[in-house]
Amino acid sequence: MSSSKKFAALALFLVASSGVAQARDLTVVGFGGVTQEAFDKAYFKPFATQSGKPVVQDTYGGGLAKQKAMVESGSPTWDLVQMDQNEMELACEQGLLEELDHKQLKNAAEVMPDAFSTCGVGAFIWSEVMTYDQKKFGADGPKSWADFWNVKKWPGKRGLRKQARMTLEIALMADGVAPNDVYKVLATKQGQDRAFAKLDEIKPYIQWWETGAQPLEWLAAGNVAVTAAYNGRIAIANQQGNSFPLIWQQQLYSMDYWTIIKNTPNKEASYKLLDYILSSKAQADFARTIPYGIVNVKASAALDAKTVSALPNAPANMKDALLLDTPFWVNYEEDLMNRFTRWVAQ
Amino acid sequence: MSASSIDALTQEDVSLANAHQRSSRRKRLYSLLLLLPLLTYTTVFFALPIGMMLYRAVSNPELIQAFPRTIAAMAQGESAPPEALPSEQVFQALEQDFINAPNVAVVGEAARRLNYENSGYRFLIMTTARQYKRSVGNEAVAPTAKQRLADIDARWVSQELWADFRRASPAYSPYYLLAAMDLQQTDQGVVAVPENQRVYVDLILKTLKIALVVSLLCLLLGFPYAALMVKASRPMQVLLFLAVMLPFWTSLLARTTAWIVVLQEKGIFNTFLLRLGLIDQPLPMIFNLLGVYIVMVHILLPFSVLPLYNVMKSIPPHFMRASASLGAHPLRGFFHVYLPMTLTGIGSGTLLTFIVAAGYYVTPTLVGSAREQMLGYFIAFYTNTTVNWGMASALGLVLIACVLLIYLLAARLVGIRQIAGLR
Repeated sequence: MSSSKKFAALALFLVASSGVAQARDLTVVGFGGVTQEAFDKAYFKPFATQSGKPVVQDTYGGGLAKQKAMVESGSPTWDLVQMDQNEMELACEQGLLEELDHKQLKNAAEVMPDAFSTCGVGAFIWSEVMTYDQKKFGADGPKSWADFWNVKKWPGKRGLRKQARMTLEIALMADGVAPNDVYKVLATKQGQDRAFAKLDEIKPYIQWWETGAQPLEWLAAGNVAVTAAYNGRIAIANQQGNSFPLIWQQQLYSMDYWTIIKNTPNKEASYKLLDYILSSKAQADFARTIPYGIVNVKASAALDAKTVSALPNAPANMKDALLLDTPFWVNYEEDLMNRFTRWVAQ
Repeated sequence: MSASSIDALTQEDVSLANAHQRSSRRKRLYSLLLLLPLLTYTTVFFALPIGMMLYRAVSNPELIQAFPRTIAAMAQGESAPPEALPSEQVFQALEQDFINAPNVAVVGEAARRLNYENSGYRFLIMTTARQYKRSVGNEAVAPTAKQRLADIDARWVSQELWADFRRASPAYSPYYLLAAMDLQQTDQGVVAVPENQRVYVDLILKTLKIALVVSLLCLLLGFPYAALMVKASRPMQVLLFLAVMLPFWTSLLARTTAWIVVLQEKGIFNTFLLRLGLIDQPLPMIFNLLGVYIVMVHILLPFSVLPLYNVMKSIPPHFMRASASLGAHPLRGFFHVYLPMTLTGIGSGTLLTFIVAAGYYVTPTLVGSAREQMLGYFIAFYTNTTVNWGMASALGLVLIACVLLIYLLAARLVGIRQIAGLR
């Protein structure tokens, strides 16, 4: 070919390839680990088979930064995102999420009304509990958060989440505050100082984790002796051969939410996937795979007794349980998180 | 030569000189064109982001975007003493700003920014905004805007709030840069923040210390390694080269996790030593400072070894032989002959390692304890978690400034040509 023909062919190729708009596949984002595997098994795979279109998965560690950057730049790359309740409220306040249109969700009638929020619908109810290796401490293990602080009787490192939310409440409960009063105390400066002073007592022993999988890995490897961890992940670890008892006393529980990023091009597909997720069959599958509380009332009623007993909201597990207070954290999160991050580094 | 033959350096030689000049000009033009992509790339992806970071560290647009009328009204009433509360016009402007807020995101941003001055202000702004969004049209309320706002929350008529509001309103503010150095602006001027909030100065010193120790360790280990690579036989050379390059070619997380498996309490190393009976209790080698040093040296060794190897490769071996033949002890020959010739390699290798180590944060967070967090972790925290890009930019600038300072110091001591690796 002559050089002018080569040039023309190249130019044509470049124009043609740039003109083709790549339609993005539906992207759903979670916190990863065994929970995301359970999502995949109960929700994403069956939905992809049913709709014939692929569902792309991604993970993230929490926070609002990516959503904010996406919405501000005008080209979101995420569609359906799993979020903590307080982060969802903040994101909703800042205009980062679509306001949920119930008319597009056919299964909304079967979902408990409390699970609906302006910008999201409940994904599951989870709980953070204390756990340890039964092979190390046997039947005489720690039984409450006050015991968590007793490094003489149960020596070894302690695992806690590297975040003010949940950790400060644990410190106050260990210091003797009743679950009903925790947020009243934490709203005052003396209460906050009290929580940090309590954490100072075992600071040299604490090993901070940032993802849900870390505490279980460390417990299995013997890097920590007693740790706080999510109940679903502990249950899966026990299925894999470990014996980590779940101390339901003084558990901290909350709901995670499914949210849709504002102005995403795949809005319709996101609603279809969300509708599938809220259906009773999918919810029952999820609860059987990993013991997190589901939001579909019909599916909850149909679960067998054994599955129900492992859920965070089973009556036997709710003794002294602490529901995480979302309005409190929406107001105080940034401030306490800054103080916490600085305290951790000192 | 005779005069005539000098005149004979005429047309031919002149035209030759001209032709040479023309062709070398053309060559210079070609080389400039070849450089143009790199120069454009450097400007766009290097100078521009740093410029934007500088801008974000001082830019303070949130209150101006959310409360334009209020700030304009405050500027008009500048003659009033700063301690007094603002006039009724300011309160009316504030009401208008709340009623006509373009979207919820703008008010949310202003709430976040004002919360930095005093926690609790976010709640104040968001509840006031919600009240105005709800009761548009409900006129059975107090007569003045000041009274209406005071009814929503008493802080609207407190001097403290308005002092903080004024401080947070200018378009450009030193707040982030001051906070990055543990300082704050109060009515009495620039003071240090309370004791329990001081963390960044310690943090930058800790980061620089860890980076320095890691670079020195890499130098101590890398120098004999590079010298060996130069002297070794061909197959041995390839093996040594692969051994040091392997960290480059494997994933960072795979390497870090592998180190955790090797060094943890029930890990390979401790089990080996326990079986041999050399120790009774497992040694804590990971999730502490020692672990950070071990893993970072492993990852950063290539940055030291390769520049050193390059420089040592071009040192002719006969220099050392000559010094021996003149009667110098091998050690003396090393310090007086060999070492000065490798100074460029030492300078560039150590500086490169130092700069990379100062910016590392993923590895120290994974293998160290909370006390070994480096500055990069906080930059990532402010960027990703609390979405406080002003603070992230300010900390980034502090890091750049410190590294630049150390570079200039080293350039003074060792010589700028040596540092840059030039001869």
